Amino acid sequence: MTAWHIVLLASIICFGLKSLGYLVPARLIERPTPARMVDLLTVALLAALISLQTFAQGQQLQLDARVPAVLVAAVLFALRVPFIVVVVAAAAVAAGIRALS
Amino acid sequence: MGVRSADDTRAYRAALAVGLPTAAYGVSFGALATVGAGLDIWQTMILSLVMFTGGSQFALVGVLASGGLSAWPSAVASAALLGSRNAVYAIRMSPVIGRGFLRRAAAAHLTIDESTAVSSAQGSLRAQRIGFWATGLVVYVGWNLTTLLGAVIGDLLGDVSAYGLDAAAAAAFLGLLWPRLAKLQAQAVAVAAGFVAAILTPVLMPGLPVLVAALVAVVIGATNWLGSGQRTSGNRTGEKS
Repeated sequence: MTAWHIVLLASIICFGLKSLGYLVPARLIERPTPARMVDLLTVALLAALISLQTFAQGQQLQLDARVPAVLVAAVLFALRVPFIVVVVAAAAVAAGIRALS
Repeated sequence: MGVRSADDTRAYRAALAVGLPTAAYGVSFGALATVGAGLDIWQTMILSLVMFTGGSQFALVGVLASGGLSAWPSAVASAALLGSRNAVYAIRMSPVIGRGFLRRAAAAHLTIDESTAVSSAQGSLRAQRIGFWATGLVVYVGWNLTTLLGAVIGDLLGDVSAYGLDAAAAAAFLGLLWPRLAKLQAQAVAVAAGFVAAILTPVLMPGLPVLVAALVAVVIGATNWLGSGQRTSGNRTGEKS
């Protein structure tokens, strides 16, 4: 496998996965149990991504400047601060802590 | 058509607020792909132009950066596992997008976390469509421009985490999750999924912790544990008629 093979194979798979969902008949997921599973799946995937983005460094778990930054973001979201402001604030907190430590 | 309602304006604003910071993160992808994983600029751009799903792109180049080209099975599997959530998003967006082969093919390409989340947060069907297409296009154009920038000047920037972009990405995902946490069942799924993903990270191949975390949702969704008689955890699927 060259780098080109890997890039193209993975790209085609990812586009295929996106297309797949548009082929599922809508009535299948409109029943209560599948609809609830689809909703909760979104929640679980986002929560898992946040967790990895906050604690994972490669395959290690690491507590660093990201943790206080995400906590600050949570507080700001709870206070209904606009999305973009929170994202910038989180970056600033992490960058600030790294600059000082 | 023609006259913009307050709903439309809200959808456009959300598209920009979510789309622009997400797109900015493309700089660190471009840098990681070229400096970290050793891809050339064309390979890096193909990933942003064709794969176009940030989590999978980072997973692919992240595994290649640490394991080299021989780690390709793990790299491709990680990208695919992380990309599988887009299939779920596509199921959700399918009725919003409507009919037409070309339109659905274009929509499939733009089906990512951000376009789905902004669309789902809008009220009317028209605003949901605006939210989807506006966010998808803002991120697509922006993400590709910043990927190119990162690929070209990546080694000048040094470690991009110094600018806090990794924390910004976590905060952006948190912002997408936040409105979905109104009910106890969703909160329980979020906490459990985050915990499962973290504790499995040192043990499993990259990409798998996310999929196992997703099983939490499947199990709780199927049994409706903590559901207290409600039909769905959100108001999005219930409202289409």
